[in-house]
Amino acid sequence: MLRALLGRWRSSLRLLRPAHVEADHAKISVTQLGHRYANKVVALQDVDLNVRSGELVCLLGPSGCGKSTLLYALAGHVQPTGGTVSIDGQRIRGPGPDRLLMFQEAALFPWLTVRGNITFALAARGVPRSQRKERADQYIRRVQLQGFEETLPHQLSGGMKMRASLARALAVDPTVLLMDEPFGSLDAQTRIHMQEMLQSIWMRTHKTIVFVTHDVHEALMLGTRVVLMAPRPGRIVRDLEVHLPMPRHPEDAALTEMVRHVQGLLREVERNTLPEATPPRATASTTASTHTLPASGLTRPVR
Amino acid sequence: MKRDAPLKNYGQKLGLMLLLLGAWEGLSRLGVWSPYLFPGPVTVAKSLWSMAVDGRLLDATLRSLGRLGRAYLMSVAIGVPLGLLMARLAFFRNAVKPVVMGLQALPSICWLPLALLWFGLTDTSILFVVVMGSVLGIAIATEDSVQGVDPQLLRVASTLGVRGLRFQFGVLLPAALPGIVTGLKLGWSFAWRALLAGELLFVSGGLGQLLTVGRELMDVPQVMAVMVAIILIGITVDRVFFQTVEGRLRRRWGLEGTL
Repeated sequence: MLRALLGRWRSSLRLLRPAHVEADHAKISVTQLGHRYANKVVALQDVDLNVRSGELVCLLGPSGCGKSTLLYALAGHVQPTGGTVSIDGQRIRGPGPDRLLMFQEAALFPWLTVRGNITFALAARGVPRSQRKERADQYIRRVQLQGFEETLPHQLSGGMKMRASLARALAVDPTVLLMDEPFGSLDAQTRIHMQEMLQSIWMRTHKTIVFVTHDVHEALMLGTRVVLMAPRPGRIVRDLEVHLPMPRHPEDAALTEMVRHVQGLLREVERNTLPEATPPRATASTTASTHTLPASGLTRPVR
Repeated sequence: MKRDAPLKNYGQKLGLMLLLLGAWEGLSRLGVWSPYLFPGPVTVAKSLWSMAVDGRLLDATLRSLGRLGRAYLMSVAIGVPLGLLMARLAFFRNAVKPVVMGLQALPSICWLPLALLWFGLTDTSILFVVVMGSVLGIAIATEDSVQGVDPQLLRVASTLGVRGLRFQFGVLLPAALPGIVTGLKLGWSFAWRALLAGELLFVSGGLGQLLTVGRELMDVPQVMAVMVAIILIGITVDRVFFQTVEGRLRRRWGLEGTL
């Protein structure tokens, strides 16, 4: 029994390895990022994160851990009070055409059809008129919304709206796609479907995606990397690479085991019992977490 | 918003209408008041018919509506941009908006003496009163609906890189449009009131004057008939025009009653 547990734990460990990303190989480089809201709440403190091109990084953590703030700082919608965010070595100072933010709501323009929403976005990005429709239809097909090109958003279901929103985001082809709990408001069935769709799209395009979620299963299902965050002050406590080949199946045994493992980690974060071996000031390569991982793995409650 | 069976709905409306007309007719026949001062609906309908037949009503209506149309178009042309400016530019929000709000407190007919002094007994005076009566309401409603645009849409526009004129006319204006149309409807009813108040006061050839003439001739049926005509025109424009536009817009925008 103990051996079986140990074996499972080991497999989890093998599949979840600490990430080492050097800043100079990174597409997105966040250094010493801090943000304090006007009400003195420290949303982020000394956050370092490097994201390689083509990674799908999930920011995972309980509410209030600053994961959304971090994402909005990447998008340029939040001006952090300290530290820097660079993309391709360029420091960002505001929203830009290289990044696109997707929200929990589909946020389609309600007076435009599905196709209209996409062509409008393409027009804003300077795509010539003659190419817009064709490109819109191509992405509508990619999210399997054929037949709904001329439909207005309010006539679509929640999942279809989100797919249309995803099509719009992909059509403008940002180098970095930032997603803020995009599937959070969908029912379980639709959410799984959306995850599978996003996964297959990512496998095809290898777009750099930063994906915020509080759902452990979702993070491990989608992420090539999962960054665990903790609240008060908002910080990164673990940065793990997920070595589970894609496409992943939602009921895959290894996935379920990793979910259990990460949930254990999060519970410890919640209880503040996580050993201080991972200082809040994690270094760029988060070497420290290499050593703490087995320890935390062992101390996690066995059910 | 559940809807009853339309037939029952219309039945109720018609029933109440008949009841009111019946009570009116009955009251006038009781002879409590002189029939010259309190004619029944039948007499009023006859008067309305005779005015309609000899063309006086049509003449006056066209005149009034022509005036209203010109003044209203002017109001919209000034009010909507003014509202947009108040919503978008700090100077207009800080400095112009309080002035607009203050002037809005002034009933439109109060502009008439000033208008008469400035423009004399002319059409221009009435136009001025009507414009002053409706432009501010339209501006305030426009400002309000632009301020009330879903912030999510603004964020999406920003992340999609929609800027400049494309943002103003492609995002902000359509997002605020249902609210603006409601404001236009309100502005129309303000304008209609101001117009008749203005027309009552001097020889203007419109519906207002038809009322005055009725009073001068002691022709109560005519006064009442013109009142009925004014109500009917008001309802027609409101129901037929504005509610159709507003309803279509709200449905297309998905604000109510999905199919």
